[in-house]
This record gives sequence, structure tokens and C-alpha cells, in this order.
Amino acid sequence: MSALEFPDVEALLRAGNTNCAGCGMSIGLQWLDEAMGTRRPYLVIPAACAIVTAGAFPTSSYGVPTLASTFASAAAYATGVATVAALNEEPHPTVCWAGDGGTYDIGVATLSAAAERNEDILYVCYDNEIYGNTGGQRSSATPEGAVTSTTPEGKLERKKDMMAIMAAHRIPYAATLSIAHRDDFLRKMRLARDIRGFRFLVMLSPCPTGWKSSPDDSVGLIDLAVRSGLFPLYEVFDGERYRINVRPDGTDIAEYLQRQRRYATSALDLDVVRRRIAAQRTYLEAMAERFPA
Amino acid sequence: MARNLCTGNYAAGYALALAGEANRDARGCAGGAYPITPQTEIIEFLRGFRFTRGRIVPVESEHSAMGVCIGASMAGARAFTASSSNGLAYMTENVFAAGYYRLPIVLVAVNRTLGPPWNIWVDQGDSLALRDAALLHYYTDTHQDLVDTILVAFRVAEDPRVLLPAMVCLDGFVTSHTQMVVDLPEQERVDAYLPPCSVPQRMRHEHPATFGGLTWPRETELHRRQIEQAMQRVPIVLAEALDEFQRLFGRRPAGALVAEQTEDAETLLIASNTMAITLRNVVRERRARGERAGMIRIKQFRPFPRAELLQAIGTAKKVGVLDRNHSPGSGGIFWNEVATTLRERGLLVQDYIVGIGGGDVTPAVIGEIADDLAARTAAAEPLWKEVAV
Repeated sequence: MSALEFPDVEALLRAGNTNCAGCGMSIGLQWLDEAMGTRRPYLVIPAACAIVTAGAFPTSSYGVPTLASTFASAAAYATGVATVAALNEEPHPTVCWAGDGGTYDIGVATLSAAAERNEDILYVCYDNEIYGNTGGQRSSATPEGAVTSTTPEGKLERKKDMMAIMAAHRIPYAATLSIAHRDDFLRKMRLARDIRGFRFLVMLSPCPTGWKSSPDDSVGLIDLAVRSGLFPLYEVFDGERYRINVRPDGTDIAEYLQRQRRYATSALDLDVVRRRIAAQRTYLEAMAERFPA
Repeated sequence: MARNLCTGNYAAGYALALAGEANRDARGCAGGAYPITPQTEIIEFLRGFRFTRGRIVPVESEHSAMGVCIGASMAGARAFTASSSNGLAYMTENVFAAGYYRLPIVLVAVNRTLGPPWNIWVDQGDSLALRDAALLHYYTDTHQDLVDTILVAFRVAEDPRVLLPAMVCLDGFVTSHTQMVVDLPEQERVDAYLPPCSVPQRMRHEHPATFGGLTWPRETELHRRQIEQAMQRVPIVLAEALDEFQRLFGRRPAGALVAEQTEDAETLLIASNTMAITLRNVVRERRARGERAGMIRIKQFRPFPRAELLQAIGTAKKVGVLDRNHSPGSGGIFWNEVATTLRERGLLVQDYIVGIGGGDVTPAVIGEIADDLAARTAAAEPLWKEVAV
């Protein structure tokens, strides 16, 4: 087999993987690859779609050394990997690549502890707002109103604010990532790459299967989420200094919701959603003004 | 070698630290530290030790303590931790993972009763709940046996013919918090005994691979069978490790089991941990009185030393097993293994569940058990010998 036939063999995410069409995680992994450049990372992936992405033994869709962790343990395994890499003065960063189940729910104690210890780990959560790998059950990242297989009438509770939780750990860097804002994504990923200590990045990651959206609409949906203010793009430095990267342009949230059938039968009150978006924006603007980065 | 008066926990921490330090010219050492009575002094010792190339991470749980060990071992370092009781139960998922990843991590387990209700004293229900992990089990008696076995455990676990994690157990408080005179080896001698830790499957950028992804039944069967084959190679690897230990340290730690006065014995009692020390004294007294009593101390529970046990059992007609553990709905866990091993011999094998929850198993208690066994004409269901009621 020539390199011509398999031009992506050295890519972090190799061609031919089994990710669904329109999966936000696929874009995220390719941009992680681009941002890392020659600093090839160790990957630690807990139970998640992203470990199924690797494919069946002995093949692997990942072009970097990748360790599957038990569900709750990504940040602990990564602590071990990063510790030994540091003891041996290796240039390779350690990256956790985890879903929202492994981040917001079962892995949150492990994540919190690694953040508190300020381990030299770049932790990326691709948040598709469900347990995607098991067929789309609610997690604490599932937004209010979304129908999942375990919230058949729509989730009653609000989504957990993971950025606020991570910022409260006073880690060097926390930021949100959008697959509709490539330059912003890559800039933050590169910044995170070059910072030492614990870095937390969360990307809203469309899951056409779970969101009941069109696979070709994934980037468009995230664009709407950012423009409407539902998913603000911002950074928090040391848990203290805030910077807003992209401001909402007045787009109404209704279209974002209408283009996903997970909201089709929900009794979500649009005015409540609008008020919450406005309140979040007010809070972030106040923080960015009072405590600018 | 320096003779020291120290606690079991100090001795265990010392042995772990020297083993970790011995890997300083390779990829170093790492581990996780999380407190739980009666193990806490071990991780305190490790956190206070100044490693040349090593780091003990103060984690938030036992689950993560083993998680750090797995990551570190996958990155090629020598890795170890310690726990007890519910800590071991909480760690369990990652102990299984360590075994399935074939990582030579050493886990010191200070035996303590599982709760609730809360009880800090010794029984073996905690470590034996890890019976079916891909994990070597060693049950130590004296402080010296503890120190030596920890070093031997690294050597056996890291041997390329084995590559499995190893657990070294000691009795909570009875061993962990009492002092005995111990020969604590110098660093140079441990350096000589433990070759640089090599984890052949470790993560490498020259050969990027994914560890722990999907496998089909075919590969999974092969994987499990390879673990069984590795277990079967332990006896020969252990024998070599003991030979080398004897050459370097001038003493030979106990192997998989220790048989005493078994040659012409009619009745044999089997025990582990410090109960075996008490049993030894009882057997010696009975021998002095002319009784044909013998004993076997089982030290290695996984792999279970079937061949050694069959050989050691000799001419005995009746065998009693002292189990400081209990599998509800079945019986003692050592008894299950012993009875299965001796099935073909047609012997009388009686289980005695004794010392659960840390009740004091005195020579008098063991004497009563020995009398019961001698008078017995048939085995009964596992008997509860309550000592604390």
C-alpha cells in the first residue's frame, strides 16, 4: 500500500473511521490534530463514542498512542501518563478527549481532582448533550426540554454549567469551542496547547442521531447556537479573567430548536429560554467588563 | 542490612518506595495516594519519600489511585499504591483494568472488614473480593515476609512471562500497626534485585496504537486465555525470583505455600496471614504432646497453588481450613479452593469461618478447631467458629 492510497495514515484521526456523518467530534478531532501540529499528543479517552471511533482491534483510527480508560477515570489515567511524560522530559502533551457523560456526570470527581491538582493535562469535552454511545440517554449536560430515550417527555432540569464549575477550580485556562468558528477554535486550542497546567475546553458537538437533526446541518446548528447566545464563545483565565470571543447577533433561538426534532414534542417555553440566554449574557458581559483578560 | 523495629505499614511503605526508587534510571515511578484506615501510614510514607524520578499523586479516591497507576504504567513507569477495605472495593473496576491491560502494578492491601456497618479490624473479605481480577494475590504473615514479598511481587509481576498486577496483603492492625524487628534492605541491594521496569506494551509515539478499544469474542477469548497462561507461568517465575532473592539478601521468603509437620500428619489445618503464625504454635504444642498434627500456610492465593497443595497434603486424612473471610451463600473462600483441589483425594475437608470482623483468633480457639477436626468423622457445612460473641 502506498502513501498515495492512504494519505491520512499519520493523521490523528485517520480516514475510514466509523463516526456518523455530521458528528461534531470528527471535526473537533481534526482541528485538535491541526492545532497540535508536531507536538503529537498522548490521547486518553474514557468510555464514549470517541473510543468506538478507534475501531476494532487490532486496527485503530487514531494516529497517536491512545489509551481507553474506564468511564470515570480519564483524568486519573491522564494524570499517570502526563506524570511519566514529565518525569522523562517528553515533549508530548497529554490530551483527554471525553464526552459529556464522562465529563459532566461519572467523571466529574476525577476531573475536579485533576483540575484542583493543576495536572498538566489538556482536557477536551465534546458535549453532545446525551449518552450518545448507548443510544441517546439524558446526562446532566442535556438541555431543558430535550427529548432523550430516558426523558421521553423532554428533560425537566436545566443543563449543568460545566464552564462555571471548571472556572471555579481556578485552572489556568477554560474556554468554549465552536465548530462553526474555525479560527477561534484553532486559536484557543493552540493557546491551550502552549499553557502548562490544567486546561479545559468544551465544544458543543452535534449528534445528528440523538439531536434528530440533519447530518449536513451540524455546523449550521452550532453557528445558530453561538449567534443566538445559547452557546457563548468565551475564555476564562485562572478562573478570574473573562474574555468574550463572539457576541450574539440577535438571532432568535427558535430556529435552532426547530431544526432538531429532539425538541419537536417538548413543552419548552421559548420565552423562558430567551430569558435564560439573556441572563447568561448579562453575567458574562459583566464578568468580562469587570474582570477582563 | 539494617535491623529496624518498625510497624507493618512503615515496612510496606519502605519496600514500595525503594522499589520505585530502583527504577530511577529507567522511566521512574508513580502512584496514587489516598487515605483509609488502617493503610494510611503507607501512603503517608510514600508522599514523604524523596524520589529521584518519581511522583506520588494525592488523588481524590482509590478508584483514581489505581487510575494514576494504570496511566503511569502504560507510560512505562513502575507503579504502585495501597488501600484497604471499602477503598479496595471502590478501586475494583480499575484493578480489573490493570490486569486486563497486563500492567505490573503492585497493590498493597491492608486487610480490613468491608462495611457497612463500619469495622476497622481485620478480615480478608476486601482483598478476596478481587479474587476474579487478573491479579496475583499474596498473603503475608510477618513484617519481614511483608517487606520481602513486596520486592518479590515487583520482580514476578514485571517478568515478561507474567506481566500482571500483584496484590500483597497484610492483616489490619495485627500487622499494620504492630512493630517487629525487620531487616530493611539498602537501596543498592534493591537496585540489584529489581531490573529496570519494562512494560513492553507501553504507549509509544514511534508506534501509535490504541489500547482498550473494541475486541471481538475471538480476540477476547485469546486475551483471557493468555492471562491464564501467564498465571500458569507464575510458579517457575516465582521460584527464580526467590532464588535470586536468596542470593542477594541471604534469606529465602516463603513461596506459594509453607507446609509444616505434614509428612506423617493425620490432621492438617490450613491458614493464611497472621492466623498461620498462631496456628504454627498450636501445631508445635500438639506435636510435643504426640499428636500427628500438621499445617499449611497458603501465601499465594492467585494463582492458586494446586500442585503444591496436592503435594504438601501428604498422608493426611482430615483437613481443616481457617477462613477469615466469607462468601455469603457458599462458605469460606480458601475452603472453596482447597476443597476443589483435594476433591479427587476423597479427604475430609472441613471449613471453619473464624475471626470475621477482626475477632481475636487465639491459640485456644485454634485448639478447639483442631479438636473438632480430630473428632470429626464426616465434613459438615462450613462451621462458624465465633470468637467475639
